[in-house]
Amino acid sequence: MLSHAELVAEIPRLRRYARALAGDRTRADDLVQDTLQRALERAGQWQGGNARAWLFTVMHRIWLNQVRRPAIEQDEGEDGLPDSPISPLQDRWGDRRDLEQALALLPDTQREVLLLVALEEFHYDEAAEVLGIPVGTVMSRLFRAREQLRRLLGGEPLPQPALKRVK
Amino acid sequence: MSQQDTPISTDELQAWVDHQTDADASARIATIVARDAVLAARASAWASQRNALHAAFDATLDEPIPQRLLDAARPPRPRWPLQLAAALACVALGGVLGYALPRPAATPAAGDPLAGLPRAAAIAHAVYVPEVRHPVEVGAEQQTHLVAWLSKRLGSPLTVPELGASGFMLVGGRLLPGSEGGAVAQFMYQNEAGQRLTLYVRHNAASPETAFRFAAEKDLSVFYWVDGGMGYALSAKLPREALLQIAELVYRQLQRGGAPG
Repeated sequence: MLSHAELVAEIPRLRRYARALAGDRTRADDLVQDTLQRALERAGQWQGGNARAWLFTVMHRIWLNQVRRPAIEQDEGEDGLPDSPISPLQDRWGDRRDLEQALALLPDTQREVLLLVALEEFHYDEAAEVLGIPVGTVMSRLFRAREQLRRLLGGEPLPQPALKRVK
Repeated sequence: MSQQDTPISTDELQAWVDHQTDADASARIATIVARDAVLAARASAWASQRNALHAAFDATLDEPIPQRLLDAARPPRPRWPLQLAAALACVALGGVLGYALPRPAATPAAGDPLAGLPRAAAIAHAVYVPEVRHPVEVGAEQQTHLVAWLSKRLGSPLTVPELGASGFMLVGGRLLPGSEGGAVAQFMYQNEAGQRLTLYVRHNAASPETAFRFAAEKDLSVFYWVDGGMGYALSAKLPREALLQIAELVYRQLQRGGAPG
């Protein structure tokens, strides 16, 4: 059973992720509030272990049910970069708004995995657990997210990947 | 470049950027990346993305946590039906309050219309203070409406005391049934620590004006008095002295607010 103190200790991390995921402060805190309530209701289901990963899992399910658009409309397939050309927003990192805009342009499935790994620094298998997907899918979505973000933010146009992806 | 020069996968490159490779693999990948400008540019871009994400969002970690989230992280109290909760509170408080209520000089005689006031206030306090989602019916943001509504239902112009000086802010209020069929108003306040106090207001036309009286049940303190035909009871889990100061704050404002003019 998670204690009140343990739960409160995770709130800043949950807020940071929700903020980057939802792109809006109020929606993000709504998501966190629902997550905390759900976590308390389901505290009995928590088996012990990684409390943070469990809380993020709870949040992800709420996000899926309440907020996120259906994945079917946005997932462009497991391999390759999106077909449609994307114009870079700006050729520099500096402006935080550019980053937030670029994040908002990523498909939700890509944004989720990128934020869990690059911002929240979850291990790949933890991210897979949170999202309820195989580790291989985490890796491929992560790769697409990074390359798409690079284009959006005006990085060098990519040559065709020279590397063979190992599944 | 040949396949032999780049015997690493994108997955390995990502794991290296994400610090999720072991020491041996890290060394091997670092060597390969150092010789390959394309890999190096990609790895560097990914690392920059990570830094930019932290730069953009880490400030959230240092923000004060909003009260609503702190409240949401509090384990829910058992949700009994209100009547059951009230009945249990009656049993729990009634018994002890019956003894704990000022038996000495200040004790109202049997039949004194003031007798039930602190008990009723303590029960209402015990029932509604633990409420997380619905502590009040009308919130402080609609204070004008709240006051107009409760004044109308009680049939007397009410004043909501401002207790900011004691650190307590109005949460809102609700209408309750009184023991003799009349309406009762309960105002709830909360301080930054999340501690709540309630002001219970009802008609006490039959009683003469009184000085403050004090009752206590375990750690719940109640100050109550009659003024201008209205009975007031202020309840909180506070030491007697601390609650007395707030009671005086309430009393002064009700006098001022209630003054004709």
